[in-house]
Amino acid sequence: MTREQIAQRAALELPDGAYVNLGWGIPNLIADYLPKEITVYFHSENGILGMGRRAKPDEEDFDLVDAMKIPVTLISGASFFHQADAHLMSRGGHLDVAVLGGFQVSEKGDLANWKIPGTKGPGGIGGAMDIAAGAKTLIVCMEHTTKDGAPKIVRQCTYPLTGLACVDTIVTDLAVIDVKPEGLVLREVARGWSAEEVQSLTGASLIARQQIPEIDFA
Amino acid sequence: MKRKIYASLDAAVADIPDGAQIMFGGFGGAGFPNNLIQALARKGTKNITAISNNCGTREGELGLMFKNNQIRHVIASFPGPHANYFQERFAAKEVTLELVPQGILCERMRAAGAGLQGFYTAVGVGTEVAEGKEERLLEGQRCILELPIHADYAFIKAHLADELGNLTYRLAARNFNPIMAMAAKTTIAEVEEIVAVGSINPEHVMTPAIFVHRIVQAKGLRYAG
Repeated sequence: MTREQIAQRAALELPDGAYVNLGWGIPNLIADYLPKEITVYFHSENGILGMGRRAKPDEEDFDLVDAMKIPVTLISGASFFHQADAHLMSRGGHLDVAVLGGFQVSEKGDLANWKIPGTKGPGGIGGAMDIAAGAKTLIVCMEHTTKDGAPKIVRQCTYPLTGLACVDTIVTDLAVIDVKPEGLVLREVARGWSAEEVQSLTGASLIARQQIPEIDFA
Repeated sequence: MKRKIYASLDAAVADIPDGAQIMFGGFGGAGFPNNLIQALARKGTKNITAISNNCGTREGELGLMFKNNQIRHVIASFPGPHANYFQERFAAKEVTLELVPQGILCERMRAAGAGLQGFYTAVGVGTEVAEGKEERLLEGQRCILELPIHADYAFIKAHLADELGNLTYRLAARNFNPIMAMAAKTTIAEVEEIVAVGSINPEHVMTPAIFVHRIVQAKGLRYAG
């Protein structure tokens, strides 16, 4: 699946009326794929609840930007607040769902998503650790393997951690996987893929209880 | 009545000594005190400890201060993909960095403003952020102790100020500004317009005047990044 399809599948995880934070990368694409019949209230760490679509050129106001610095709009019922309240919403368990990008997720649901060892510079944490500690449900969207083919779902993260045992669901180009107390449970596979093939590209054991359905966007 | 209004940006920063610890508001290009930053660059204050979410956008925002080598240590959450002058100084070991989760950066500043000597949080437990910090179990959760971040000065950006220093902010340009205003010994507000006392509805004041010590009007650089 493409990055857009990962976002499209993850969008189906958002319940109607939810307060939702979308992180950088693939999660940021999710807003374009919301099912028409639901309304969700997007939260931005710079102090916006009820963030709408990106602004058209004639609507741009650079005092109204998202966490990626892109001018956005508001939906009816939106509000502004300062940055401490914005993160309080993340950390204090007020957000229903947060969706973050990931470099690695462990079989216990540990997340690494802020620094790749060996890359230039010190990395950047941003709001990810607050979200990891406090979101009611945390979904990670990422490619199933690195560009070199190494698994990103692993027994133990080797990259610097964002949070321990914080991930609930992983949506990749190959599968939807739930992190449960008993381990990583394979829920769906991408069209044309078998559970065995997904397992062969995964660095931790997947629990496949029955015939695994294919990801269906309908 | 003590007059808080300064006639110029340069006058508002004239006393800031080398080695000062300074907070800088702003996020995502919005709400940066760009005109005060330019004034501090003109003054040439050195060895600054800067507290800011990020480390500039090319020459914009704090970028200019890194370019001029005015900052020695920075406490930040997300230096940023376009903070090239910071990255150069960091690689050359001319700048040191403490990386802090963004919400914890807010709360550590708020603790300073609120007269609290720290707090425990589950954020960062088991990560690099926890290294060297006291850990204990509270409410069944592993937590680390986080200490306040104080500052000598806060540079903030607001939309309106009345002559007493009551402030309002536009849209998402509020961001870190109200928190930093509470946390510093001297808060300097760069504002787009100064209005008469009483002309901001008390219900609409976002930062009460008690937190604001200097006000300067600046219409120049709303965005610099």
